[in-house]
Amino acid sequence: MTTPLLSLQGLTKAYPGVVANDQVSFDIGEGEVHALLGENGAGKSTLVKMIYGLVKPDSGTMLLRGQRFAPPEPRAARADGIAMVFQHFSLFDALNVAENIALGMENPPAMGDLAARIREVSETYGLPLDPYRTVGDLSAGERQRVEIIRCLLQDPKLLIMDEPTSVLTPQEVDILFETLNKLRSEGTSILYISHKLEEIRTLCDHATILRLGKNVGECAPAETSARDMAEMMVGSTLQTPERSGREFGEVALDVSGLSVPSPSEFGTALKNVHMTVRKGEVLGIGGVAGNGQDELLGVLSGEITTAPDAIKFNGQPIGKLGPTARRKLGVLTAPEERLGHAAAPDMSLTENALLTGSVREGLENNGFLKWAETKSFAEKIISAFDVRTPGPENAARSLSGGNLQKFVIGREVLQNPDILVVNQPTWGVDAAAAASIRQAILDLAAKGTAVICISQDLDELMEISDSFAALNEGRLSAPRTTTGLTVDEIGLMMGGAHGMEVAHV
Amino acid sequence: MDLGEINPVLLVASLMVAATPLLLAAIGELVVEKAGVLNLGVEGMMIVGAISGFAISVETGSPWLGFIAAAIGGAVLSLLFVLLTQFALANQVASGLALTLFGLGFSALMGQSYVGVKPPSMGDIHIPLLSDIPVIGPILFQHDPILYLGIALVAAVWATLKYTRVGLILRAVGENHDAAHALGYKVIKIRILAILFGGACAGLGGAYISLIRVPQWTEGMTAGVGWIALALVVFASWKPWRALLGAYLFGGITVLQLNLQAAGVAIPVEYLAMSPYIITILVLVILSADKSSAPASLGRIFHASH
Repeated sequence: MTTPLLSLQGLTKAYPGVVANDQVSFDIGEGEVHALLGENGAGKSTLVKMIYGLVKPDSGTMLLRGQRFAPPEPRAARADGIAMVFQHFSLFDALNVAENIALGMENPPAMGDLAARIREVSETYGLPLDPYRTVGDLSAGERQRVEIIRCLLQDPKLLIMDEPTSVLTPQEVDILFETLNKLRSEGTSILYISHKLEEIRTLCDHATILRLGKNVGECAPAETSARDMAEMMVGSTLQTPERSGREFGEVALDVSGLSVPSPSEFGTALKNVHMTVRKGEVLGIGGVAGNGQDELLGVLSGEITTAPDAIKFNGQPIGKLGPTARRKLGVLTAPEERLGHAAAPDMSLTENALLTGSVREGLENNGFLKWAETKSFAEKIISAFDVRTPGPENAARSLSGGNLQKFVIGREVLQNPDILVVNQPTWGVDAAAAASIRQAILDLAAKGTAVICISQDLDELMEISDSFAALNEGRLSAPRTTTGLTVDEIGLMMGGAHGMEVAHV
Repeated sequence: MDLGEINPVLLVASLMVAATPLLLAAIGELVVEKAGVLNLGVEGMMIVGAISGFAISVETGSPWLGFIAAAIGGAVLSLLFVLLTQFALANQVASGLALTLFGLGFSALMGQSYVGVKPPSMGDIHIPLLSDIPVIGPILFQHDPILYLGIALVAAVWATLKYTRVGLILRAVGENHDAAHALGYKVIKIRILAILFGGACAGLGGAYISLIRVPQWTEGMTAGVGWIALALVVFASWKPWRALLGAYLFGGITVLQLNLQAAGVAIPVEYLAMSPYIITILVLVILSADKSSAPASLGRIFHASH
């Protein structure tokens, strides 16, 4: 047997109160795409941080090509050919793309040469990116491209990818997979962390499954069903969201002729958007990141105000109303960016519950806050949505991405909205939690709430929505019922060929 | 009132001298803030630099040794700030204020035996040929070396921040210290070096007042220049050349209003005295209307928790 590229032997890492990794061992072969599967909090992030030199293991050894490997810092890991694409993007908002990439390299070339190489690599791999754009103005999908290109420029031997496809469209995923397959054929090994089991089945050669910090099994993904893998990961039988045949009520939200410029210099303006959502209907909005999703959410939440008549709620014009007034009426939103937009990172969960819940839950009285009620509201969210945290007094920042996502979605769902708008509700959330979030959205719709779900995960949209529309350069395609909609049709809607002839496609 | 008594050449030449302490302190603080640290102790580091430089140059007779001692003195005091904010993770605003108060008191103690003493003079550089040009020569080419050092520092800081990797890493640390840490940069180490640089610059600025501009030692002689430097960094939008512009504007109007006072212009002295502050702030506020904003991690405590 040949020596594996990287061999982990009995890695253990404990934090106060929790053992993040307990005697984890597995091998990654040369040119192998190795999947690392596990729920939120299963210890995947800690494990890859040890490989990348950010965290030192308490015990256990790593062998890189048979040599003992214990990187004291990421710089050393990078020098040994290990590159990582982070789940929480480690980018600098005020710097441009090229500067961000230079920071992740050991010996970057001069800025002009680097920009040229970025253009070249980004075009080769179909990830278009302007090296001189400021990162703060990029969408989540574009930011990820920056990270991926940063890694590709270093010719890594082992590329660690933490949830790489959660913000990509199917076409982008295909391109990424081509990129990864190309890298594999060039001999690069990939450690691939994802919750999307179908992806792992198509891409990965081998999978290691972690549960509660322990290696609970390995499998060849191509020969194992997604359901079996999910059950190994969760340790119990998995529930898929159920949808009952429903009758829709009258129109709850009516958007007509909505055009607004983007508040961000590099954002996408919304152009003549029309849509109606009926009570009990789930409208799924797909599209590549950066095509107006953030702006659409802003317009619906009231962060961006418009002409009064452009948005009507139960026939009443609300375009001019701000977020608080809309919340009072029952129009609630959960934005994409969890830390900083949906939740204040350094405030406790109780305080965060107050921030959007105060109006509808009656958590304030003439300007005085009702802390006891707020705390019980926060506790209600935590228990109803299985948010894993020691208690509501913990800061939002201290929760893992998936747990915080459950909290911010739960916070809106429990306020019994008449209209709920969510953007990327299950980004970076594990299979079990994603299923429960989707189920909650469907349950809400069954009670008569009109739901708009903006997402880049088409499988998710097909699973929960009754009708589907796509955003493309700020224009929204005409919504169509999801029954019988094919992937080709969706691709065309996303590509912007609204109603045009498809003969040459 | 006789405006004819004001010599424009002398006025412009003394403008540069008046601006230099402010410029030195501001360029140091600019680097500190670019690294994401808010050190409000500039005034304290300046006054400690002023007395360190004064004492050493009186004792050794060498103004050069004095300036070196001033830089060391400022940097040593900033070590206290390093200790408080980077290791004990104390609040930067409170620590900075404490540093200023401590510096003012400590310098008074150090300087007790130096009141009324005259320091050795540094002497001006007369750049051959260039200094003989009428008007321009006396304005630009007949100054002390530290003044030129100040301008060179501005150029060096600007070029370093803009064109070098060190500058990029420094900006990255100030922008998002968590991401910089994740990429493996030593956030604390980079910040300590920036704070020491800021301390050394402030010390030089202080010594410029006590050794060249005034030159003598009196308690509290920096008289708020450190605070102006702090404001200057903000209003200059963290851009080195704008800090230079602001410093010269401030120095220029200070010198001009002193001349106007001496010439007996019929404007109340109080208005003249406040004019440099108002005009400098007005101009820089107008300039800072563009989008450039503060380093995103400015004043935030960094702790490598994972």
